[in-house]
Amino acid sequence: MRTSIYGLGLILYLGLTSLLVLYFPQSVLAFLLFEASLLFIYSAPLPRGTRLALAAVALVVLMPLLGMINGYYLEIATQIGIFVALALGLNIVVGFAGLLNLGFVAFYAIGAYLWAIFGSTQANQFIAGNLFPLAPSWFFVFLVLGALAGALTGLLLGLPLLRLRGDYLAIVTLGFAEVIRALANNLDRPINFTNGPRGITPIQKPPLFFQPLLEWMGLRPEPAALYPLYFYFLVLLLVVLIIIVIRRLEGSPVGRAWKAIREDEVAAAAMGIPVVRMKLLAFALGASFASAMGVLFAAKQVFINPESFTFMESIGVLAMVILGGMGSTAGAILGATVVTILNLQLLKGLSLWLNGLRQSGIILTLPLLGSYDLSQLPAQFEPAKYERLVFGLILIVMVIFRPRGILSPGRGGGRSDGAA
Amino acid sequence: MALLEVRDASKRFGGLLALQRVSLNVEEGMIASLIGPNGAGKTTLFHILSGIYRADEGEVRFRGRSLNGLRPDQITAAGIGRTFQNIRLFAHMTVLENVLVGMHCRVNRSLLDILLRARRFRRDEKEAERRAEDLLRLVGLQGREEEWAGHLPYGDQRRLEIARALASRPQLLLLDEPTAGMNPQEARSLMGLLQRLMGEFVQALLLVEHNMRVVMGISDQVTVLDYGEKIAEGSPVEVRGNPRVIEAYLGRGKWGGDA
Repeated sequence: MRTSIYGLGLILYLGLTSLLVLYFPQSVLAFLLFEASLLFIYSAPLPRGTRLALAAVALVVLMPLLGMINGYYLEIATQIGIFVALALGLNIVVGFAGLLNLGFVAFYAIGAYLWAIFGSTQANQFIAGNLFPLAPSWFFVFLVLGALAGALTGLLLGLPLLRLRGDYLAIVTLGFAEVIRALANNLDRPINFTNGPRGITPIQKPPLFFQPLLEWMGLRPEPAALYPLYFYFLVLLLVVLIIIVIRRLEGSPVGRAWKAIREDEVAAAAMGIPVVRMKLLAFALGASFASAMGVLFAAKQVFINPESFTFMESIGVLAMVILGGMGSTAGAILGATVVTILNLQLLKGLSLWLNGLRQSGIILTLPLLGSYDLSQLPAQFEPAKYERLVFGLILIVMVIFRPRGILSPGRGGGRSDGAA
Repeated sequence: MALLEVRDASKRFGGLLALQRVSLNVEEGMIASLIGPNGAGKTTLFHILSGIYRADEGEVRFRGRSLNGLRPDQITAAGIGRTFQNIRLFAHMTVLENVLVGMHCRVNRSLLDILLRARRFRRDEKEAERRAEDLLRLVGLQGREEEWAGHLPYGDQRRLEIARALASRPQLLLLDEPTAGMNPQEARSLMGLLQRLMGEFVQALLLVEHNMRVVMGISDQVTVLDYGEKIAEGSPVEVRGNPRVIEAYLGRGKWGGDA
């Protein structure tokens, strides 16, 4: 009885918020309410199957439909997906194995540059034969290659590195990320590999292999309208895949070994866990997720340059993991979502709203305080520029009130019953 | 052939000689104890046996095989389990998970099986969980599987450490002060538990212990260390009467001997 009430309530909520977005396509609030539905679905006391079905409806059916009304929403959803994947990868390294990695974005950059170089004319600069750009269908090969390259780099970096502990490890990973960025910035001479700060463009998009099917169904959508949807589903697919991999590892001897290492390395070794090998595995796996997402990012953006892979990006992903709750998969997803929404929607929305006020020329009259001409609002007062400030404030508040994150890993969270 | 043979093990920390040419044999079927005043080198020897420290000189052989240069996890896989003096449980993992971690070197951990959730893997996990529950029952922690290990009362944490160490199916179990901080009644029940382990779960026990009632009550062989040197070895009765042991523990009388 209770479950059916919850189920009906959620379906109603989903329908209602979808309608809201439909009627107010420009309203940030309506879309936020819709996004919150996933959180409600996650926390509802319903059987797993029901919750999965509801989430699938929201993500596979409703979200693309809303995205057709306002394309920007689809872009946001895709960005969220990319950051969710990054946060999940970093969560393996930091949350499960307890290895503080401050240079995670380096692996993202490796994947992105891999496809950018070979998926554009850039590779012609150093490989003769005018073979590039590679055909779009190579994108999928490079998705796998990117993951492998990330894993390999992770292994190579990890081998000397993982003998270090705590702070030293953090410093070296930070340095590594800067090295990668500096390489991207400067490897345009003597041989032009990365085209330096000018970046690489245009980069091939993935192939529209399903076009014949669409035409057979009588649909002839514009590629420009199709690609956002395509990327959205690609990201969704990859995120689901990553979640499945993580859930399976989490409840296995491997996941338990990671957590044991995080808790007490000496005791873990004495209990028969090959510590270095397990750390390497965590490092390589996290890196491979990031690199695969990098390949996708390059294809989606069409243009990349070293600016996308700064230290602040690493910190941003780390903040997502910490905010959500280190060691918790659901937490990493929530953290990435909240931070991305905050950056792309809330602060920008607030900025737009203030701009509107400025231009409206309304004179605000408050009793006792006198009146204030809103067009006099200083131009510096622009929330979108306060991203880092708001970020920092949130983290401080978190550390004081919920030091283990919004969704700290529950007891027995790593048991195999949570199978995906 | 002894199960464990330590030959002339030495360990130096800077200028401090923590162990000086200590030799020790533990035979199969034996409960052996290692005693000595604080700083005598007992825990240092334990760390060498479990691979956390490397001996500067000397050799450790287990079932005739040299353990020199092996990593802690390799030594555990070879059949030596241990507990820690200052309990080192995985505090933010459940009681059951702690025991399952102890099985790491005895379970199927092929990545492919895990990712594909192969039937073989699920069967092994079920089996591991069943065995973990058996071990928890043995140490009296049944029904507490889902509690955080860090939230258990002190005595239960000691018992959980033993269950976790047993999970790796050790032939020799090293126990570092298993009754530390326990009241006499708890210590007595732990002694009973240790005696029950013999033969069925382990072939031999080696304990570091300060509680003389426990040491004298269950040991077949007592080895006494002082300032990193072995000063006596034998049955509890022999050791108790040994003047060097008495001296090490109580000091030399003001007018006694030829100070």
